[in-house]
Amino acid sequence: MTTQTDVPNTHETLDTSGLLCPLPVYKAGMVLGRLEPGQVLELICTDPGSLQDIPAMARQRGDTLVASEDLNGTQRFWIEKGTKQ
Amino acid sequence: MTLPASEAATDSGVEPKPKRLALVASKGTLDQAYPPLILATTAASLGWEVGIYFTFYGLDILHQDRFEKLRVASLANPAGPIKIPNLLGAVPGATAAATKVMKSWMKKASMPDLPEFIEMAQGLGVRFFACATTMGVMGVDESDLIEGCDIAGATAFLDFAADADVQLFV
Repeated sequence: MTTQTDVPNTHETLDTSGLLCPLPVYKAGMVLGRLEPGQVLELICTDPGSLQDIPAMARQRGDTLVASEDLNGTQRFWIEKGTKQ
Repeated sequence: MTLPASEAATDSGVEPKPKRLALVASKGTLDQAYPPLILATTAASLGWEVGIYFTFYGLDILHQDRFEKLRVASLANPAGPIKIPNLLGAVPGATAAATKVMKSWMKKASMPDLPEFIEMAQGLGVRFFACATTMGVMGVDESDLIEGCDIAGATAFLDFAADADVQLFV
């Protein structure tokens, strides 16, 4: 996974450290549900499955994964809520 | 950066139909109750429409008096949580022990328990179909089931599943 330092303004941060599938996606879905289109969620995960799951979540929900990093098993994803939901 | 898969479809101005997941939950053991609920809550979190058809022993997952008491089979389950010779799985208390170990694993991993998963699924709008034939065969009354189930036969479920993008039998 590539590291991007050019991180957009974050509207909300959700830390799912220690939680396994389906909880990171479930909890992120709850937060994204109440954000406005264009707002950005910073999502922190430690489940190794999240490396695949969170990009897939963004694709399936119609959101955009604008940046991500993976440092020592802690992943950070910046997800911009899509407009067509 | 990846464009959402739905991007192309929405350019025509037509509102895209949400994806749909149709699951059959046919097992009444604790370990086998989790996979359909994990898949259902995940799909619903992605914005999909989800329905689960609870049939045969799977109907116990919706049974008010039984869903909190589902157990892990210790007999004929070589992958089970307690490592004992298979035949000893028949010893009284082995099923209870296997169930206890599985529950402690789930708790240690911060996984929701079954009642919590059911609440999460219902909160996300997952449809619960209770198999009418199973109810008749096993003497289960509507009042035995948790709130919010649709009693349905195979036809009604297939009608829902016919428009599903993903169908799975658990």
